[in-house]
Amino acid sequence: MKNQHTSLFQKDQFIEALKDSFVKLSPAKMFRNPVMFLVWMGTLVMLGVCIWIAATGSNGAQGSLPYNITITSVLFITLLFANFAEAIAEARGKAQANSLRKTREETPAKKIERVGEMTLNEIRIVPSSTLQLNDVFICEPGDIIPTDGEIIEGLATIDESAITGESAPVIREAGGDKSSVTGGTKVLSDKIKVKVTTRPGESFLDKMIALVEGASRQKTPNEIALTILLAGFSLVFIIVCTTLKPFGDFAHTPIAIAALIALFVCLIPTTIGGLLSAIGIAGMDRALRANVITKSGKAVETAGDIDVLLLDKTGTITIGNRKATHFWPANGTGAPGFMEAAVLSSLADETPEGKSIVELASGLLKDKSYIPHMQQQFLAEHSSYTPVPFTAETRCSGVNFSGIHIRKGAMDAITRLVQKAGNHIPEETLAKTKEIAGNGGTPLVVAQNDTVLGVIELQDIIKPGIQERFERLRRMGIKTVMVTGDNPLTARFIAEKAGVDDFIAEARPEDKMNYIRKEQAEGRLVAMMGDGTNDAPALAQADVGVAMNSGTQAAKEAGNMVDLDNDPTKLIEVVEIGKQLLMTRGTLTTFSIANDVAKYFAIIPALFIAAIPSLQGLNIMRLHSPESAILSAVIFNAIIIPLLIPLALKGVAYKPIGASALLRRNLFIYGLGGIIVPFIGIKLIDLMVGLLF
Amino acid sequence: MNTEILGIIVMFVLTLLLSLPLGRYIAKVYGNGRTFLDPVFNPLERLLFKCGGINPHKEQNWKQQLVALLVINLIWFFLGMFILLNQSWLPLNPDHNPNQTPDQAFNTTISFLVNCNLQHYSGETGVSYFSQLYLMFLQFVTAATGMAAAAAVFYAFRKGTHQTLGNFYNAFVKSITRILLPISIIIGMILILNHTPMTFEGKQQMITLQGDTTYVSTGPVAAFVPIKHLGTNGGGFFGANSAHPLENVNYITNMTQMIAQMLIPFAMVFAFGQFINRRKLGWAIWCVMTLGFLILCIPNIIMEMHGNPNITAMGVSPALGAMEGKEVRFGAPSSAYWSIATTVISTGSINSMHSSYMPLSGMNMLLAMMTNCFYGGCGVGILNYFIFIILAVFVSGLMVGRTPEFMGKKIEAREMKIAMIVALLHPLLILAGTALAAALPSQTASTLANPGFHGFSEMLYEYTSSAANNGSGFEGLGDNTPWWNISTGFVLILSRYLPIIGPVAIAGILGAKKYIPESAGTLKTDTATFGFMVFAVIVIVAALSFFPALTLGPIAEYFGMG
Repeated sequence: MKNQHTSLFQKDQFIEALKDSFVKLSPAKMFRNPVMFLVWMGTLVMLGVCIWIAATGSNGAQGSLPYNITITSVLFITLLFANFAEAIAEARGKAQANSLRKTREETPAKKIERVGEMTLNEIRIVPSSTLQLNDVFICEPGDIIPTDGEIIEGLATIDESAITGESAPVIREAGGDKSSVTGGTKVLSDKIKVKVTTRPGESFLDKMIALVEGASRQKTPNEIALTILLAGFSLVFIIVCTTLKPFGDFAHTPIAIAALIALFVCLIPTTIGGLLSAIGIAGMDRALRANVITKSGKAVETAGDIDVLLLDKTGTITIGNRKATHFWPANGTGAPGFMEAAVLSSLADETPEGKSIVELASGLLKDKSYIPHMQQQFLAEHSSYTPVPFTAETRCSGVNFSGIHIRKGAMDAITRLVQKAGNHIPEETLAKTKEIAGNGGTPLVVAQNDTVLGVIELQDIIKPGIQERFERLRRMGIKTVMVTGDNPLTARFIAEKAGVDDFIAEARPEDKMNYIRKEQAEGRLVAMMGDGTNDAPALAQADVGVAMNSGTQAAKEAGNMVDLDNDPTKLIEVVEIGKQLLMTRGTLTTFSIANDVAKYFAIIPALFIAAIPSLQGLNIMRLHSPESAILSAVIFNAIIIPLLIPLALKGVAYKPIGASALLRRNLFIYGLGGIIVPFIGIKLIDLMVGLLF
Repeated sequence: MNTEILGIIVMFVLTLLLSLPLGRYIAKVYGNGRTFLDPVFNPLERLLFKCGGINPHKEQNWKQQLVALLVINLIWFFLGMFILLNQSWLPLNPDHNPNQTPDQAFNTTISFLVNCNLQHYSGETGVSYFSQLYLMFLQFVTAATGMAAAAAVFYAFRKGTHQTLGNFYNAFVKSITRILLPISIIIGMILILNHTPMTFEGKQQMITLQGDTTYVSTGPVAAFVPIKHLGTNGGGFFGANSAHPLENVNYITNMTQMIAQMLIPFAMVFAFGQFINRRKLGWAIWCVMTLGFLILCIPNIIMEMHGNPNITAMGVSPALGAMEGKEVRFGAPSSAYWSIATTVISTGSINSMHSSYMPLSGMNMLLAMMTNCFYGGCGVGILNYFIFIILAVFVSGLMVGRTPEFMGKKIEAREMKIAMIVALLHPLLILAGTALAAALPSQTASTLANPGFHGFSEMLYEYTSSAANNGSGFEGLGDNTPWWNISTGFVLILSRYLPIIGPVAIAGILGAKKYIPESAGTLKTDTATFGFMVFAVIVIVAALSFFPALTLGPIAEYFGMG
């Protein structure tokens, strides 16, 4: 499922889109797009002209019937092309969403009837589609979870690969931030009771499909502003073309209706007008391909504008948990003795830190079998071995055996123990702990029988490649902020090492919220990712809030996107998708308007050459005849739409090279290209059309 | 180097050098900084504001500013109508000129009020000295109106969020007392020293070299002409405008008037950069405007210097260039330079007859007015340019992957709507006006001096000149008829006030928006790339919409010259 690379056009999608292009010809649908609606009206007028010529047999001022019919058909095809662009984008989005939805549709659900036919709380098997909000169902190992819900009882390992593509199973349990389950995923072990959290047809996927299908698709603010711009341009050309008629009459150069309408349709920005909605849908579709469900098109658009990115340290910037990196023995203890104690205290420690200590020790020792060997031997010798787990009061953990007790913990916790026993902390250890903390690490002091043996250094491991990603974000003009529960010293060190611009240390949920508010008050747009219920207010406050699919229902409701992969670095992709969306609109608008230069030079001489032969000098493309010139321009105008569909669907590539350089690049490609390409295109088409007219 | 070309370069460079300190000074005036003129004018202003019951320190939002602007303009309109309709019995009418007809008075008042000065009359016979003085007053207030509106836009783009844009009356009065009046006095002195008439006596009797007795009109010309150019008004004292030997005596007065008309449009651009503390942006805007100016101006100079091949074919030496309709004391190149300067800026004063220029020179003059933002009129030029900035920012903002913003303010649907309406208005008024005139030969055919393409150019020029608030004419058009007076009058009103209301409204709305600090992803508007983008938008929106119309006018004439 993840990162599917499908070809742009698949046969079934193509056929469906083809059908849709005709359905979309209904005036009610065309009206939503002012530019194409004008083409639609132009086609109708031309149809009238054709009928009039056919009825009266007139062959004079309006040109021949075949010529007029050709113009009419090309206009009609232009409409179909534009509709096809929208339809194919919809079809692709729908196909993507449907494949996600299919997995859950006909799943049987084990629904608990509060008051059953025979007994209370009896279990009945119903199709998942009949589940209502707040219904409760159970899932057992091997069951597919029928719909989105929240675990109210129990704990289970769940295979979410159907949705995320990640094969490692995850644990979900009642209460807390990991209580949410997604329809279509599979329970691997244990039994859970789940409460339905969405109404049928209202899950995020359903909403997304509705968005793509256009039923509930609303124009985003930027789309509205762009539509105004395009409508404005169209109005200018309405004025240009209607006034041309009296001008022509004054100069005794009658202008045929076909020529006037052809000029008009060529000048109005049909290229971008025809592709505009396809671009928007493709943006949402691209988000979906990145396994992000967006709740509105606006969210994708806003993502492109993000100025500040809030990222959790753990899991995003650093790999999971911190790891032991060094053993620093105190005075008088040989390294092996200290290391041995450290390992002994961690053998029963299931925390990631504990495991990493054992890992480090076995890595340092040349004899790889030494530790397992020691473990066996040790357990055999000391039957009184009892692990002491970490508690909030003692704030340290360790082992007791044969009158020996080893403890490891934070400096202050161990200091308390040691000083109670009347011993003191070696100067060297004290200095080392400070040094480690200063380097962004966490010192873990090990004491045997209340005497300090040494310090274990734990360090965060920064994800490989993350610095480059932050560098890329910086070049995009986005400020990255790391959110961590660490103390400011540690936080600063990791922030510097990872290359983030700012950090929030010792962060409580309200700190995130305050930070977002502060940035927003200064006019910046903030994006964040979160999963917990206590993240929900901040997710709602952020301009782009991406909730992890594994997160609580509250978090998913609060955000405006849901990431199916639970990948914290996904925000970076989302930002690029947003930028691509806007850029595609901008570049195609530029291209469309730049095309007008060539079209003017094709059509204007053609309009007047018959009456004012000296204007041949203006026919710089040396087009064959007035008819072929007009026809070539209209044909070019039509076929450029399907030629640009792939670009509209894929989006213009974003390069973080700074705004001015990007503008220069795009202006060069789409602005200059937009001027030159139609000159070549129209000339080539004219060479072919010239054989006929 | 050819001294005629050198003269042009000196004119341009002098304008630039003078406009730099003036720009700083204007920014200081609008920033309510102290100026050396305070001791002279502060008491006078206090008195004026006290009489008017105006508190010049009361902050106004964009709506209040526009109401103030429109109300005082309306009062001047009624006053002007009264004076022109009754000038025969009002004082200072030594030549006993008659009252204007209502349609002519309407056109005259409107055209002076809106900084256009179309003048469907001749100053010698059409107006009394009293009317001339009132028209001179209008030339001051209309320039100050445009400048005060520009000042409101300046205020909106200071850093931060602003609900108000300063006080209109304050900016308006200070535009006159601190900027227009002092400079006009200096220019007036230069003109008087060069023997420009300054008298309230009537026509002077004179005996020509041939011994004929003739009567020569004179009047308070030296007082009238400075503000005519400084305020980019262009309304001539005499019918022949600055081609008239008493209105534009010699090369020095020509140079003075030339510099005077471009001075404030240049300076306003620099004042903008200075005021919002982005001097580089000011320069970037000026460079784009200059690029547009040169693209229009240089071909005109070359074409006029080459002369008319059809006349050369008749055996006339083309050494002096195309001299038909030009004054020998200015020469072809300098006249060609003036022809574009006066059309890119909304002055519309002339020192040669535009109708006699080569066809493509005429087209360049038309294009200068059609774009109407390469420098542009006093205050309003930068407002027109501002609309194109908004359009360019929108498209290029998208191209770099951000929702568009200008000066840290997001451009959204509402601003786009206003910008688009203003951008649309110009082609609408010009093309619809010309189309109506072309479709109604009963009203217009007899007023055209030429048949065919040149006649079409005359009509196109008249509406273009009106819509650009320019006021120059393709002389030859018999424009003092009810049709021309009334139709151009309405074009004048719409094309003056909507392009002021639009930018001020956009600035007001943007000013009140949240300020977004710049980041690496922000599109910079003071770069060459963005400048090029604005230029492209101007060419495609403003110039290309007129391509079909121009084809039937000057372009057809050019290709027809053989």
